[in-house]
Amino acid sequence: MELGDTMNRHALSLIDVRKRFGQTKIINGVNLEIVAGERHALIGPNGAGKSTLFNLISGRFPVSSGSIALNGSDITNKEPQVINRLGLSRSFQITNIFPKLSVFENLRCSVLWVLGYRYSFLRRISALRDAKESAERTLEMIGLKDRREKMAGELTYAEQRALEIGITIASGANVILLDEPTAGMSRSETDTAVELISRVTEGKTLLMVEHDMGVVFDLADRISVLVYGEVIASGTPAEIRMSKKVQEAYLGTQIDGDEE
Amino acid sequence: MERVFNKSRLILWGSVALVFALLPLLFPGGFALSMLSQLGIAIIFALSYNMLLGQTGLLSFGHAVYFGLGAFMTAHAINFVEEGAFGLPISFMPLVGGLTGLVFSLFLGFVTTRRPGTPFAMISLGIAEMVAASALMFTTFFGGEGGIVTDRTAGGAVWGVSYGPQVQVYYLIAVWCFISMALMFVITRTPLGQIANAVRDNPERTQFIGYNPTRVRWIMMSLAGFFAGIGGALTTINYEIITAESLGLMASGNVVLMAFIGGIGQFWGPIVGAVLVTFLQSALSNFTQAWLLYFGLLFLLIILFSPGGISSLIAMHGPLWRAGMMKRLMPSYVSALCSGGVTLIGIIGVIELLYRGTLLVGVHVAFTWIVAGFLVLVGAFFLRRAIRSVAQAWEDLSPDLAKWS
Repeated sequence: MELGDTMNRHALSLIDVRKRFGQTKIINGVNLEIVAGERHALIGPNGAGKSTLFNLISGRFPVSSGSIALNGSDITNKEPQVINRLGLSRSFQITNIFPKLSVFENLRCSVLWVLGYRYSFLRRISALRDAKESAERTLEMIGLKDRREKMAGELTYAEQRALEIGITIASGANVILLDEPTAGMSRSETDTAVELISRVTEGKTLLMVEHDMGVVFDLADRISVLVYGEVIASGTPAEIRMSKKVQEAYLGTQIDGDEE
Repeated sequence: MERVFNKSRLILWGSVALVFALLPLLFPGGFALSMLSQLGIAIIFALSYNMLLGQTGLLSFGHAVYFGLGAFMTAHAINFVEEGAFGLPISFMPLVGGLTGLVFSLFLGFVTTRRPGTPFAMISLGIAEMVAASALMFTTFFGGEGGIVTDRTAGGAVWGVSYGPQVQVYYLIAVWCFISMALMFVITRTPLGQIANAVRDNPERTQFIGYNPTRVRWIMMSLAGFFAGIGGALTTINYEIITAESLGLMASGNVVLMAFIGGIGQFWGPIVGAVLVTFLQSALSNFTQAWLLYFGLLFLLIILFSPGGISSLIAMHGPLWRAGMMKRLMPSYVSALCSGGVTLIGIIGVIELLYRGTLLVGVHVAFTWIVAGFLVLVGAFFLRRAIRSVAQAWEDLSPDLAKWS
């Protein structure tokens, strides 16, 4: 396949990406391709480098070597806001919201750049109908309508996780990265979250880190397994379930849909 | 849906304008007029500072730099007008100060706003030191220890306004203060103002919604420098002399106190702080040499008991007021006020006795000491109980308040 060809089909492509912190090698040559429109899960044991890989893709950390492309254009070592403006949006494992702004304001902030208001101090924010409507839509989508005026820092944990996803998807980015969206949730909260994620990522490309195998097998079209900073397997849920290599990496733990 | 100037807000701003207009008629004396002029300047300065601290989360220890540079540039501009180098009515001189503040905060802010938090605070302190030191080195611009003297009547009268009488200067300050207040308020209701709050809360996250937090801080700092410069220009016009003191660390520290005492969480908090601090500084220093001590005590008390400043204390009572529950707090408040008053009188007695060096024992002096000490002890005893009953009163009405709202 031609390189240009691959790039067009791929929302994200990582070529031989490596990351070292001092002497410690965290990511050791990851090659990963995320097809546009698929829901892709990244799994692996603790400390495999999943979150680090997210931080490299989203520009939070610079890579040590290798290259990353988003929708065919090179984003290696670009600043997070530049990558975001190119259409990649991410959430965080540890809730990362604006605690002293209201829920509505959190969501409105998230659409200001994409609607072109940038750093304007010559327009009234309350007069921006498109920003308001867009925030209102996301509010509805994440089910926090009756929390609209509440300070984000005062929400319950599950509500904050929903807001975290809301901030991530509000701008309408077409590539979404979710870092453990259901971490710390109860069974019923997780079910709600899965339903929410599948709804809000409709027609978009999703890459997510997730520990809950139930969630992974529910949501993902394809799965990649990261162990010690390397992708040891990539494939459909069925293929991953059958893979010898993956079973070895998880030290004999069974990977199946019921496991937590 | 919220609008920037809805009806009640228009009424509020209208009454502010009315108060500004009527104040000199109510207090026509010389001391009152110069006091009011000073207040107007302090309000602009404190509000501009809160664009950094309250709105963007930048703790600056060098905000007087922009105030002072604006003031010096205005002094030179007025002198140029006097020499006939160019013409600009005094009424518009604050623009010179504002632009000077803007230009310098654009330059210096480009460096200082790269990092938030402690590094920003330290760099702002460094820059304040640097500028204060330069002020004593470059005497042509800063006039050395004597400062720069100007004559605000230089341009001659325009439409009958000569700026000879203080009341005219007051109205100039009042108009610019009103405009600055309104503009700074409007900025909080713009996309930039909103994103500045987001940067204050969580700078990293703003990057992942497309914003460059450094850029946001830089723009906010430049705007804050602009308004500080307006305040500086008005100071020059008010006093007709400007010295290096006005851009020094003391002046920078003062505005930090104003913001904290008034409260940084509400837009109007720094206004309260500016009024209180300026008033205390002028009024207290007339009565006692130990005024700085009292001032420090006040700051300490506020930071300890109401970290959100006076405005948060007031705002806290808003819901109670609307629910008509204020009277349930009154008994405990009255007892706290009485016992607090007794303690305060005792403390003032002790401080004044110490300050005036009356340690020498005489019958009269000993008696005064005993009375002061007694008041402190008795007052403190009842104050402790009163504070407990205030806390209890709040606790008692919190379930009712939750029901009401």
